[in-house]
Amino acid sequence: MRQGGNEVFWELDVTSGLSRASYGSNMADTGVVEALLRLVEKADDGVDSVQVASRLGVDHQVVVGAVKSLQALGDVISADLCSSKHWELTEEGTEIAEQGSHEARVFSSIPLEGLVQSELMKLSFGKIGFSKAMSNKWIRVDKTHEGGPRIFRTVDSIVDQVQEKLLLLQKGSGSELEEKEKNELKKRKLLSEVTVKSYWITKGSSFSTTITKQETELTPEMMANGSWKEKKFKPYNFEAMGVAPDSGHLHPLMKVRTQFRQIFLEMGFTEMPTNNFIESSFWNFDSLFQPQQHPARDQHDTFFLSDPALAHEFPQEYLQRVKKVHSEGGFGSQGYKYDWKIEEAQKNILRTHTTAVSARMLYKLAQQKFTPVKYFSIDRVFRNETLDATHLAEFHQIEGVVADYGLTLGDLMGILHQFFTKLGITKLRFKPAYNPYTEPSMEVFSYHEGLKKWVEVGNSGIFRPEMLLPMGLPEGVSVIAWGLSLERPTMIKYGINNIRELVGHKVNLQMVYDSPICRLDS
Amino acid sequence: MYLFFFYLVLADEEFDELCFEFGLELDEITSEKELISKEQGDSKASGASDVILYKIDVPANRYDLLCLEGLVRGLQVFKNKLDAPRYTRVSPVSGQPQRLIITKETAAVRPHAVAAVLRNITFTQERYDSFIELQEKLHQNICRKRSLVAIGTHDLDTISGPFTYTAKPPGDICFKPLNQTKEYTATQLMSLYKSDSHLKHYLHIIEDKPVYPIIYDSNGIVLSMPPIINGDHTKITLKTKNVFIECTATDLTKAKIVLDMMVTMFKVNFTCFNNLILIISCLLSSEFINHKVGINESTENIAQLLTRMCLLSRATGVGDEIEVEIPPTRSDVIHACDIMEDAAIAYGFNNITRTTPRTYTVANQFPLNKLTELLRQDLAAAGFTEALNFALCSQEDIGDKLGKKISETRAVHISNPKTAEFQVARTTLLPGLLKTIAANRKMPLPLKLFEISDVVLKDDTKDVGARNSRRFCAVYYNKSPGFEVIHGLLDRAMQLLEVKSARGDGYHIQAADDSTFFPGRCAEVFVHGKSVGRLGVLHPDVINRFELTMPCSALEIDIEPFL
Repeated sequence: MRQGGNEVFWELDVTSGLSRASYGSNMADTGVVEALLRLVEKADDGVDSVQVASRLGVDHQVVVGAVKSLQALGDVISADLCSSKHWELTEEGTEIAEQGSHEARVFSSIPLEGLVQSELMKLSFGKIGFSKAMSNKWIRVDKTHEGGPRIFRTVDSIVDQVQEKLLLLQKGSGSELEEKEKNELKKRKLLSEVTVKSYWITKGSSFSTTITKQETELTPEMMANGSWKEKKFKPYNFEAMGVAPDSGHLHPLMKVRTQFRQIFLEMGFTEMPTNNFIESSFWNFDSLFQPQQHPARDQHDTFFLSDPALAHEFPQEYLQRVKKVHSEGGFGSQGYKYDWKIEEAQKNILRTHTTAVSARMLYKLAQQKFTPVKYFSIDRVFRNETLDATHLAEFHQIEGVVADYGLTLGDLMGILHQFFTKLGITKLRFKPAYNPYTEPSMEVFSYHEGLKKWVEVGNSGIFRPEMLLPMGLPEGVSVIAWGLSLERPTMIKYGINNIRELVGHKVNLQMVYDSPICRLDS
Repeated sequence: MYLFFFYLVLADEEFDELCFEFGLELDEITSEKELISKEQGDSKASGASDVILYKIDVPANRYDLLCLEGLVRGLQVFKNKLDAPRYTRVSPVSGQPQRLIITKETAAVRPHAVAAVLRNITFTQERYDSFIELQEKLHQNICRKRSLVAIGTHDLDTISGPFTYTAKPPGDICFKPLNQTKEYTATQLMSLYKSDSHLKHYLHIIEDKPVYPIIYDSNGIVLSMPPIINGDHTKITLKTKNVFIECTATDLTKAKIVLDMMVTMFKVNFTCFNNLILIISCLLSSEFINHKVGINESTENIAQLLTRMCLLSRATGVGDEIEVEIPPTRSDVIHACDIMEDAAIAYGFNNITRTTPRTYTVANQFPLNKLTELLRQDLAAAGFTEALNFALCSQEDIGDKLGKKISETRAVHISNPKTAEFQVARTTLLPGLLKTIAANRKMPLPLKLFEISDVVLKDDTKDVGARNSRRFCAVYYNKSPGFEVIHGLLDRAMQLLEVKSARGDGYHIQAADDSTFFPGRCAEVFVHGKSVGRLGVLHPDVINRFELTMPCSALEIDIEPFL
């Protein structure tokens, strides 16, 4: 809850702890404060707040307020919290104290000549009073009397002890009674035991009956006329929370994206233009030497488009070289030896990886005089997969690519080491894997200190010559690349278990509001 | 059981480590009992075997590791416990090799076939099961559910060659299929198998063809009707000694690979025909491998590394030349880089020294992303919170719900969405933001959200017929519409983008009609005289369709003109 400025948050229960967001408080009723101080002055060993309330004729909570505001002034008074039990008459008990017990009233209702029992029972106290009076042997019933059972007194006079005891308790002299007697009354629901929490108030070390009015806050006027020098200021409650600023917030996944961008830029990588979600199968698969019957190209894994269904423009010479390397081989490769079809390559899809853009960039690079490049991208990719707590149909892929003469597998591992060190991950190891467009292919594992095991953090490899040479890149040029998802490190960083709470409209905005800044290496 | 025997000598951690080094994924160590109890409950599992099972994922291109025999062979050679096998083709002791005649009729339905014979094989129950299982795994993987290749295995001693692979109209085909008691015509079979949970998935491959593929022996006995079913006559049993294997296909290369797998996994010596190439020899230099991997090993060492990967290799003595034999089991080796990878795996990826490339480059940001990053920071500073929504949505989200006709949007449509959430790529960021508010109605008001992200629009000038467009969208949701708030945000954005308020050479807004907005409460944003987007108070119907109850104002502009 956002808390406001000058409201008072005293809770009504005096035993409650500190209230939030209240550095100072408004002065309690000045009259009560002064009256309280005068009472404290007169009493040598202190006064009880409950008694003060009854003497001043105010509610106990008003006195508590006065105590609190005096406490805030320093050592004017000292107030110790104490609790005491005392007996209080119930509603029925109060009635009896006034009018006598039911049995006594029965007794006094019976004239000397007696009373017909049915008449007696008509009285409000008749039933209870009759049985009590009977057991006290104050009355008797003549069941054979003509005109129905009749009741007669058996004694001349009685002492109504119940009323006497209740009157004693009402006067506050309950101590004269024995516990047993009080419990009996309690059993009859005439009496109840109440706990009262109150303050025992004594003079403080700087006690005074006149108090200087304390200022709540410094004002421009005080600063202008210098009056702040003479004023006393109420102390702040530093235990309270501040007021949350009105602010906008960046999305945590985007904060992590910013950090990854920063890391790539620090490492000298240039950002690729990945703002093309729609891609042809040609650039997404064929140019990467991914055969046309590959399972990834199934309807089950990839979103195909019905409109616009086909791409219609390809670099023709390059397309012919791609066709040849798939269907016949070449560039030192056996190829896949199947009937490569342009119709399959034309099919538009939602790109399944940003590597489609890397392929376009490397092709573009090959059309110029070769210069080494380092590229990166972080953008959305799409998979027509079954969804669960960690998988969505779209996610962000982080990708790094380096193209230069003579790059080795050792170079790939070295650069991955540098990259992951910037993420605060230093323990890496590599596992052989399979990927249609990289050879060798390596899965990257890092040691998770929390889980005490190696977990996969990314994928990497050296692009196959069947991908690079048809583009026209020089023979000696190697291209190393790696990729990982943006969502996974973000979920780990921000402790999110369900990806839907992070990405998409079901996001928990409170989580967005509360998420800290992102430093991946700390 | 081989596997069990082999790994009794290794602890689970060691086996895990070995899998890691070799590129396998040890998914799970379990038992039949555990698997059944997990799926069907403890009671069903009581009688099941508790022999340990290792569930292992193999790389998708290593068909030779799909069966126990191949996997164990590969690992034993890798650990130097077994010499790399050299596969040989032998002629039958008695007389001529078998022949399979392919007739031209098959061209209309399934044009390729290759075949081989495995002689003197001894099946135990386990070996038999493994043989059948390998067939099934190959069918599911490389054979693409029998569409590319279908395998048939037969007891050679029940038939006699030469064999004929032909194609006939379904009414002319009649035989007793596997595990049936009477003969059926092919037409009858197709309707019989419509209700077969396993076979019904393959019927579509030939169903609507005029002729169906069929293989006969010299006496007219039907071996199989690929890719659906074998004949009952030729079925293999535990007593079978000589196995005839045929692979029919629409892809000859894959048929050859599959046949290679079927023969090499169970016997090192076999006969096959159709001129299969068994072993490819290739020469490469150790310098090539050292250079690509980043190691410095002798030619002999590299030959040894490769041999441990079942690529029998030797230094020829001519310079640093190595001769590598690529066995029929390794169809994945199609380029020298594949051999290089095997050398690196045998060397151990994690033994390679990690080096830093000297590649010198200067980094550049993509200008559109740079603008986006800078703008996001300042929009958050203006008190708006960033949302992040999906690029895919339903037609309804960008059409009906916004009071628009889907045909009037420039949306790209997905042909195979599994649910309505993935019918189109969004053409506007607005629905996502409204859905974000709907999912966060419990949050205190006002809700002020923004998103800068891409939408997708059809565009004939692009090679794929569509392009992304980077948008900035913001919404204000409160008890009052707050047009002035969203207008103020536009003013602030323009200030950040250094566009002054002016008609002509600055920006201005002007009343517009738009069915998404409340009548009279919508304006179009013009920058340097060109429309870049709209802002206004949303139409109550639009608000209601997104399950919201308060007034709401919104702004959406294209930010690419500000580059």
